[in-house]
This record gives sequence, structure tokens and C-alpha cells, in this order.
Amino acid sequence: MENSFLQDWGITIMVFLPLVGALIMMLTPASQEENHKSIALGTTLATAAIGFWMCVDFWRLGKSEWNNLHYVVDKNWISVVNARYLVGVDGISIPLIALTLLVVPLVMIYSWNHIPNPGNPKAFLMLILVLHTGMLGSFVAQDLVLFFVFFEVVLLPMYFMIGVWGGEDRLYASIKFFLYTLFGSALMLVSFLALYWSTGSDTFIMSELAERVQTQDIKLGTQVLIFGGMFMGFGIKVPMFPFHTWLPDAHTQAPTQGSVILAAVLLKLGTYGFIRIAIQILPEAAIEWAPWIGLLAVIGIIYGSLGCLAQTDMKRLIAFSSVAHMGYVMLGIATLTDFGMNAAIFGMVAHGLITGMLFFIAGSVKDRFHTLEIKRLGGLLIQAPRMGWILGFCTMASLGLPGLAGFWGEFPAILAAYQPAPGISTSLFRVYMVVAAIGTVLAAGYLLWLLQRTAFGTPSEEFEDDPEIHDMVFTEYVAWVPLLILIVLFGFLPHLIFDLTDGTVSDFADAVAALGK
Amino acid sequence: MFAVLSTMLAAAIERPDIDWHAVLPELLLLGGGALVTVIDLVFLERARKIMPTLTSLVFLVALIPVLTLWEAGDNLPRVMWDGAYVVDNYSLVLKGLFLLSGYVIVLLSTNYMSEGDYYDSEYYQLISASVLGMLVMTSARDLVSIFVALELVSIPAYLMAAWRKRDLKSNEAGLKYMLMGVFASAILLYGMSLLYGLAGSTKLADIATAIDIGESKPIITLGIVFTIIGFGFKVSAVPFHTWAPDTYEGAPTPLTAFLAVASKAAGFVALLNVIIIGFPTQAEVVEPFMWVLAAITMTVGNLIALRQTNLVRMLAYSGVAQAGYMLAPLAVFSGNADRATSAVVTYLVIYAAMNLGAFAVVIIAARKTQSGEISSYGGMFNYAPGLTLAMTFFLFSLAGIPPVGGWWAKFEVFRVLTDGNRASGIALAVVAAVNSVVAAFYYLNIAKQMWFMPAPDGDNSRIVIPPSLIAAVGLTLAVTIATGVLPGLVSDMTDFVNVALP
Repeated sequence: MENSFLQDWGITIMVFLPLVGALIMMLTPASQEENHKSIALGTTLATAAIGFWMCVDFWRLGKSEWNNLHYVVDKNWISVVNARYLVGVDGISIPLIALTLLVVPLVMIYSWNHIPNPGNPKAFLMLILVLHTGMLGSFVAQDLVLFFVFFEVVLLPMYFMIGVWGGEDRLYASIKFFLYTLFGSALMLVSFLALYWSTGSDTFIMSELAERVQTQDIKLGTQVLIFGGMFMGFGIKVPMFPFHTWLPDAHTQAPTQGSVILAAVLLKLGTYGFIRIAIQILPEAAIEWAPWIGLLAVIGIIYGSLGCLAQTDMKRLIAFSSVAHMGYVMLGIATLTDFGMNAAIFGMVAHGLITGMLFFIAGSVKDRFHTLEIKRLGGLLIQAPRMGWILGFCTMASLGLPGLAGFWGEFPAILAAYQPAPGISTSLFRVYMVVAAIGTVLAAGYLLWLLQRTAFGTPSEEFEDDPEIHDMVFTEYVAWVPLLILIVLFGFLPHLIFDLTDGTVSDFADAVAALGK
Repeated sequence: MFAVLSTMLAAAIERPDIDWHAVLPELLLLGGGALVTVIDLVFLERARKIMPTLTSLVFLVALIPVLTLWEAGDNLPRVMWDGAYVVDNYSLVLKGLFLLSGYVIVLLSTNYMSEGDYYDSEYYQLISASVLGMLVMTSARDLVSIFVALELVSIPAYLMAAWRKRDLKSNEAGLKYMLMGVFASAILLYGMSLLYGLAGSTKLADIATAIDIGESKPIITLGIVFTIIGFGFKVSAVPFHTWAPDTYEGAPTPLTAFLAVASKAAGFVALLNVIIIGFPTQAEVVEPFMWVLAAITMTVGNLIALRQTNLVRMLAYSGVAQAGYMLAPLAVFSGNADRATSAVVTYLVIYAAMNLGAFAVVIIAARKTQSGEISSYGGMFNYAPGLTLAMTFFLFSLAGIPPVGGWWAKFEVFRVLTDGNRASGIALAVVAAVNSVVAAFYYLNIAKQMWFMPAPDGDNSRIVIPPSLIAAVGLTLAVTIATGVLPGLVSDMTDFVNVALP
């Protein structure tokens, strides 16, 4: 049984605590910078404490319970449309919630002495806290309107983080990020409404809608169109080729903290939405769309990898590698099988840990060298050996070295493409499988190339005696070590996540399999 | 002979039953306005200081009977004067809205009027007169009372638009507004006279029956179209919007807020009354007309707003576009009148909060920058972070982005439009959706200036904000956020049933 306090309050406190922290910060004068940092860190730690308590409690429920929603709170919210404050967690939300709960405090620790220009930690940290609420809320919402609101809440803080604390092209990057995402979510909202009207117009509850779509025999054509709207909303967020162009700009211009959160958590809102909403509610339409999603996923893999090879900026390279990695996740999802979607969720977590880590390193490199241009860097292993080794470790993890977390996101996704769900062309997905496998070679290529040119060799002349270049500092250790440990841990014990997600995912996959025959 | 005459006279001037409780808000406002006038006459200059306080108290006191009527909701609707004047849930929500808007307008005007060299006692009298017209409008179910209410709303506003009398732009504002307004009234009267000629009655309910069975289709159509056009001026629907930007720019800014919010809302109330109660059977005339009006209003408003460099003008055009969204439910009202009315009123309530808030920030910013140019908002995040945050909320609300109020207003409009899977409704929903993305761009542009750009003159000294303006921003911000997070607050009030019945 769930702990009764957690049952009633766990999720609500976890989601809204960051907002309370932000309010407290709002009332604290901006000049007390240290206090702001403490409040922000304290809030995220308290949130993490509640959240991880819930995760542990969830774990103790036992595997047979993991496919059901727990800690469900169901309250009337907007009675005229029957939108409810319905939150709950199951096996597929827990890993992503845990990832969020982990990454945000680490970002806060990192911010302790890395507030980007033009300063103002009060506003900066407040935005991260608001972002925190939006992300956690999206992962627990079980009602479409509630999900939509949280999904949008995420948009604003990120826009301001990029726009105020970003790099030189921050204006362009931030507006591009905003308009792309807004466009996607407008179409998403339209499809939510269409779903509402076509299923009897009295509920937005995801599981309820999923049931009604089956029992009420909604026309396949309608389903496919509605899925299309969701596809735009989530696909832009992921981002999938050809909607990915906002991502390199946003990542490159965002401050380190923004990039880390963007890579680690925000992109997952899209892939999570595919599994939780699009596939759960419209499995039949998902079968129709799967070949196209698969196609865009493999194009993303190849295009992202080739894009990486063409980059001259370290951060931009990592951003393009995200496009490729999210391609594997989407390929896993497109198979619509138990195996593929499990791999996808693992891939989300692994990508969050690894790419988040890479962006941290990029940020620290930028702090020291004031540039991320690959050809001007070099010899990191000599000037900052520990950081250099960690960069090496992360590139290995990112290219999918067995024994590290990246492997379990990539390899099973490719494997799953061998045998997609019934109703989807097997031969087509085998072609995808081969193309995706080639993508891993390219990944090894660009990542090792990055490592060689930045970490190996000797320092370039301009930075040879630069006194600003030093090895890792305390906050970097604290912020990075947990991520590194988890990359290894999940590499060796992947079942920690697979076990959690398998229950819910196989329910969804069974629904697809039953329709595809 | 005399005996007969006297009995006839007695019958003719027999006093109709008056439900004093139901008309108490209007009476209190009337009395309060008169009191303000008398105090001004007696104490002259000495009373100048207390005028705003007094006026705002009048608004708040008039709000009390609105609340008690709402509380005693069982015996609503209260029908008076043979159905010409009705107090129901719908009119009470709007009365509350108008009184609170009036209150906020007074808060906005306090410093503006006392610091400029203006007549200010008269200003407050005119404001309360205009708001009185709005209260009457919410209950008017008769062409004559609607027209009287409309003129009572408008005539004080013509005067106030030209209040900065030493400024040419303000003169232009007042004159343009008056000429266009009078022109609109003439068209409106012509339409009304046609309807009266058909029905032989000025009561909307009678007109509804008369035009349902009436055979002279062209006359009916002309009457309806002219009436709607008359109100179209008031709500600044394209192509009758041309007065709005110049008047908004030239008029004193608090008055601009008044025109953009309260006066526009009064126009919408009049439109709702005549369409929902007067023309419910004429959907085949009203709906296509409203469809076109809504579509071009939102599109043209948005496209011109994109190009504006002055914030007040931009808000004027964005207000035109917002009027387009509010007109949209009326394009699909047949068979769904209650929900269409709810959507429009919901939009009016949320729009009032967010737009008044935006104007409050404009007024505060102008105290420092002395400018309405969008570029002068640069660097505000550095010297007034709280104000910037508030403005950001208002802007995002206007753009319809959760979790602030505007999203719910748009959501309700979309809900009505997509209900029943009517092709015309869905097509209009698509037009509205595309328009909201366009609108997001120029709202965001302001946010961009405030957050990302440096102050144009490098002056980063803090703004001193007078308490009345802080109260105005606080009040509107609270409503804007609350309606977004808990839309139930407004939707429970605006969930009308049977508005159409007198």
C-alpha cells in the first residue's frame, strides 16, 4: 500500500513546492544573492526529498503494481468542461520524474558560482524553479487540459532564460524556440479538443479517452488526423527532423543551465507525450503513423550525425547529437512494441544524464576558454586533466559503449526495429534498423573526433599560459559526480529502469498488438 | 367629460411596479454621481483631492446590491417594465464587471489627472455617468433603453477623449471619436426604426416574434445589419474600427483604457442583447455576417498591430483583434446561444483584467519614460523587475498562453466554435488559431524589449509607483492569474442558462 501522506499530498507538494520557493524568492530583495541561491537550492532539495521518497515508496509496491497509476489525486478543476486536477504516477513517469528531481538540484549547485551574464541570480533561479514545476507537472498530469497547461508553463521560463542569459544570438534563438513550440502546442490543443468532441465531450482524462476511442468506434480517418495534431506538438518538442531547427540555436545560445535542463528534461516532454498520450489514446492511428515516424526518426539519426560532423562549435555539436539521439528514442517508439518503447524510455533517461553532462562540460570549458570553437581548443587533458577524462568518459557513454547507460537506450531500439508491432511493415523497419545502425558508426566518428580535437594534443598557443584555465572546482564535482555514477550504474544494471517501465509499456503495446492483427 | 379625462390620465400615468432592490445599483451610482457633482459645486477646489476616493467609493458601494442580488439568486430573473428591463445572472455578472472596471479606471486616473493640468472633478462625474450607462445596458431588453444606455455611455466618453485640451492630438481624438460615434448612432437608429416599423414594438422579445413571422425579408435583413453595424463601431470591429487607434493614442491614457475595456464591453453587451434576444430566429442573416466581421476583425487587427511602434496604438489594434475573437462565438450562436453568451462574457471578464493591467503598466512606464514608444520599454527588467513580471503576465495572457487567464478565454471561444462540428465554426476556429500565433509575435516583442534590451537612454533609475497604480496592477494581476489557474472562478459565474428568456 502507498504511504497515506504521499497518497494524498505527495505529488501535489512535489509539483508546487518549487513555485512556493519562487514566491519566497520574489519577496526577498535582489541584493541578497547568497540567500537566493540557498533558497533555490533548498527548495529543489526539499522537492527532491519528497519526490524520491515517493519513488522509493513506489518501488516498494512491487513489480505487479507498477503498471497502475498510484498516488492518484482527482479533484474537480474546471467544471464546465469537466477538466480535472488528475495527477498520478506509474512506471513510465517515475524514471523521468526521478531524472528531473536529480538534474534540477545539480543545476542549482552548478549555478552557485556559475551565474551567467548579466547576473541577477534572483530572476535566473526563480525561472528555473518555475520550470521545475512545469516539468514535474507535465510528467504527473493525467488529464489533457492539465497536461497542456503544464506543458505551456515550461515554455516561458526557457524563453526568458535563453533571451536574457543567452549568447550573442540570443534574441533570434529565443523567439525561434518560442514560436516553433507555440505553433506545435496550438495544433496539439486543437487535436485535444477534437478528441474531446468526438468522444462525447465530457472528459479529458487520458485513460478514459483511450477507452472511449476503442468502444465508440471513432473513424480511423479522424483518429489519424487527431494523431497528426499531437504529432506536430510533440514532434516539435522532441525535436524530430524536419522540425529540429530550433534546437541547435536554442542549445547553443542558452546558458549552460538552460542547455542542461533543455537536453535532460525538456526534450523528453515530447517523447513522453508520444507514449503517454498519442499512443495510449490512439493506438490505431499510431500504427498508421508508425512508418512515417520511423522514417523521420532515422532521417534524424543520419542527418543529426552528419550535422555534428560539420560543426565547428562544441556546444552546437552536442546539440546536433541530441537530434540524432532523440532519433533513436523515436525509432524505439515507432516500433510500437514493448521492447522498443522500453528502450525509448531508457534512452530518454540515458540521454538526459549523458547529454546533460556534456553540456555541463561545455559550459565549464566556455567559462575557462571563453570560446567553444573546436579548432581553437585542444590539450584539455594537459590543462585540466580531470575534466578532460570526464569529457572522454561522457563521449564514450554518448556513443553507446556497452557497460554505460547510453548503450541501453540505443542498442535495444535498433534491435526492436527488427520486429515492429503487427500491422507495421517489417521489411521497412528492417531497412530503418540498418540505417540506424550505420548512425552509430557516425556517432562514434563525431564524438571521438570531438574528443581528439579538444582533449588530446597540446594546448593551443593562445591558451598555453592562460591563468584562468584550471581544473574542476568544488561545485563542479558535486554537480557532476552523481550523474557520472548513474551513467555507470544504469550501464551495469539496466533492469532498474526496464523493470519499472515494462508494466505500463506492455499494456500500451498489447493494445497496439490487438489492433494490428 | 372631465371625469373621463381624469380617469384616462390616471390610467396613463399609473406608476409601474418598481423592484427597488433590482435597480439599486443604478440608483446608487446615479445618487453617487450626483453627490460628487454637488460636492464639487459646493467645495470647488478644496474637494479636488478627495474626488477620486469618493468616486471609487461610489463604485464599490454600488457593487454591494449587485452582490446581494446575486446571493439572493433564487428569485432571478427580476423582470420590470413589462420585460423591458431584466436583472438576471447575466446582467449581474456584467454589472459587477463594469463597476470593478470603473473602480480600476479611477485608480488609474488618480495621479494622471491630479498631476496634469486638467479639470478633474468633472472627469470623475463623467466616468460615473458613463458607467451608469453600462449598468443600464446590461439589463436593457428594449431598443429605446438600449439606445439611451448607449448614448449615456458614449457622450461622456466623447468629452473625456478630448480632455487634454491643450494637446492637438487629444482634440483630434475627441472629435474623431464623436463624429464616428454620432455617425454610428445614426446608422443604428435607422436600423432600429426599421425593426420597430416591422414589429410595432421596441421590446426585443416582440421584435424576435415579429421578424420570425415577418415576410419582408429585405427590410428585416437591413434592420438587423444596420443595428449590428451601429454596435460594430462601438466594439471597433473592422471595417468600423478606424477611429480607434487615433482616439486611443490621443486620449488621456486612463481614458484609453476605459474605451478599450469598459466601453467596448458595453458595445458587446448591446450586441449580445440584440442578437441573442432580438434576432435568435435570424441565424441565416446574423451568422454569416458575424462570421465575416469576426474573421476580418481579428486578421486585420493583428496584421496592423504587427507594424506598430507605439505601444498604445499597438494595444488599440490588438484590442481590435481581440474584439474579433469575442465576435466569433456569435457566428455560431444558433442552437447554442447560452454557451455562446457564456464564452463572450468570459472573454469580456478576462479581457478586462488583462487589458486594464497592461494599460496600468503603460501609465506607470510613461511616468518615467514620457513615451509610449515600444523601444522606450528597453531595460525595464533591470530597473523595475516586478513591473516587468506583471506586464509579462498581462502580455502572455493577451496572447492566450497558459497559465494566465487569456488561455481560458480563448479556450471557451474555441469550444463554442468547434462544438457541433459545423464547418463554418471550425473554419473560423482555424482562422482564430492562426491569428493567435501572429498575435503572440507582437506581444512577445514587448516582452523582448522589457527583458532583453538595454534602456535606450541608459537611465536605470527605479520608478516610483504611486499606491493607486500599485493597487490597480495588483488587482488586475490577481484576477488575471486566478482566472488562468482556476478558470472555474469565472466559468461558474458565466455558466448561464436561458439568457434568451426575458
